[in-house]
Amino acid sequence: MIVSLNAFFWLLGILLFVIGGIIVSDRAHPKRFLAGGFWIVYGVIFLAGDRLPTDVVGVLVIAMAVVAGIGGVVGAKPNMPSEDARRTSAKRLGNTLFLPALTIPLVTVVGTLLAPRLVFGGVALIDPKNATLASFGIGCVVALIFACLLTRDSVGQSVKEARRLVDALSWAVVLPQLLGMLGLVFADAGVGKAVAHLITAYINLDYRLLAVAVYCAGMAIFTIIMGNGFAAFPVMTGGVAVPVLIGVFHGNPAPIAAIGMFSGYCGTLLTPMAANYNIVPAALLELPNKYGVIRAQVPTAIALLIVNIVLLNAFM
Amino acid sequence: MHTAVNLYPLIGVAVIAAGFLLRFNPMLIVAVAAIATGFAAHFPLDHVLSAIGSGFVKTRVIPLIILLPLAVVGLLERHGLRERAQMWISGIRAATPGRLLMVYLFVREITAALGLTGLGGHAQMVRPLVAPMTEGAAETRFGTLTDAVRYRLRAFAAACDNVGLFFGEDIFVAFGAIVLMVTFLKEAGIVVEPMHVAVWGMPTALAAFLIQSFRLYRLDRWLARHAGGTKPAPGPEPHPHDAGRQDAAAQPQGENA
Repeated sequence: MIVSLNAFFWLLGILLFVIGGIIVSDRAHPKRFLAGGFWIVYGVIFLAGDRLPTDVVGVLVIAMAVVAGIGGVVGAKPNMPSEDARRTSAKRLGNTLFLPALTIPLVTVVGTLLAPRLVFGGVALIDPKNATLASFGIGCVVALIFACLLTRDSVGQSVKEARRLVDALSWAVVLPQLLGMLGLVFADAGVGKAVAHLITAYINLDYRLLAVAVYCAGMAIFTIIMGNGFAAFPVMTGGVAVPVLIGVFHGNPAPIAAIGMFSGYCGTLLTPMAANYNIVPAALLELPNKYGVIRAQVPTAIALLIVNIVLLNAFM
Repeated sequence: MHTAVNLYPLIGVAVIAAGFLLRFNPMLIVAVAAIATGFAAHFPLDHVLSAIGSGFVKTRVIPLIILLPLAVVGLLERHGLRERAQMWISGIRAATPGRLLMVYLFVREITAALGLTGLGGHAQMVRPLVAPMTEGAAETRFGTLTDAVRYRLRAFAAACDNVGLFFGEDIFVAFGAIVLMVTFLKEAGIVVEPMHVAVWGMPTALAAFLIQSFRLYRLDRWLARHAGGTKPAPGPEPHPHDAGRQDAAAQPQGENA
């Protein structure tokens, strides 16, 4: 294959390395060595993560967490043109300004759909196993070239702008990956088995509605803890749905699986552990409260969880 | 039933819960939880470190989708993307923040259900386009917004992206979650058609749309009460005395250049 995910890992590694370098050499930055070092180490993990010994990477990850924990990853004052200048530019460029931004989803979708056909002499142009993500990466590169041509600005400036946004996002951008790592460590250590053991040992599941409620609420709660419905599904379905809902109450497995997973997604709306959906957007949108997005989702999640319990009890 | 299930790894869960409640830095909480869980499962130190390292390398794909668009988005913002989004939306008379987000929610959920999950996202759509448009629609109606109103609108924009994505993608047959469910049930000796799982997801998907839309409808009413007090900018408003009831009688909005 020609375009694989590794290409974008390296691209991102170089970008983070350069951003870290810019921060270290920025004398106006309040903590330039800690913050710059943080991004340089992160860049190294993208560039060479699969070649370094895994315990060395583990030490680097813990070092990053400590730097974030002592408040080392702060941003410099953002350097942006005045609002008037931006308005003038917006009027001059008009709606064409939207086009590069829309190029990313467009190329992603077209690339995903075309990937199986773009095979030349047995070599796939786009990695077929990661077609969507590889197309997304291509979309970002195409959009960047387009944006530079449109605004007559340079790639160098775009790196400075990426640095401004990385500064604003701070460690929040690393958190989802760290949580993904925690999910793997949990699975390795048998946390799922322990939770299923506790639920089935201490709750009486003889009443149908109660068993349905325990399954749906358990999916939500376990997702809140793990940050991911996929991690909750095997535990709760293996622990409650298969032996009780299907085994005792003879429920239809299709709605049990579908509505059970959706109950887990209600939990995803509620948890800071699903950082890429809840914490990163709060940072991206510059909300003062990092739980602001979760707060806006609480009523929807709870109402939907109740609807799920009612639906599953009616249809299974 | 006292089988040999080791309950000590649950210490990791306790560390997470306590850490978030006591508002420690989330990066630090997660790192400590991973270390504690590893030791509770009787891993030696080098096994703990390499579990953390290999887990972190395996999940490198997660931040890709946030970090890669930043250079484009940042450059476009420098040249007025967000301002342009606000100008554009202020020209659409019927646009209220709630209705605008309803349209986004609908499009996001339908496209996700068709497998086109790449059409939205917080870094590439919500920050540069959806959130500024929502704020722009509110400013056109209610004039200058307080910070509290602004933050609430942004949070709702992000919430709509999440709700649309989550409850749309699971009714797409080829989506990973359906594959995961069918595979897991098969291992447990239960055969299910992926298509049936997708179909049984539809009632919840519809309920999610209705509940979130109802909340968006209420958001418009809330805005009319809380943001309407500051009075809209003079000029583009033909009915300045009607500010409290904007939402109910939404058509006449004057000429917004």
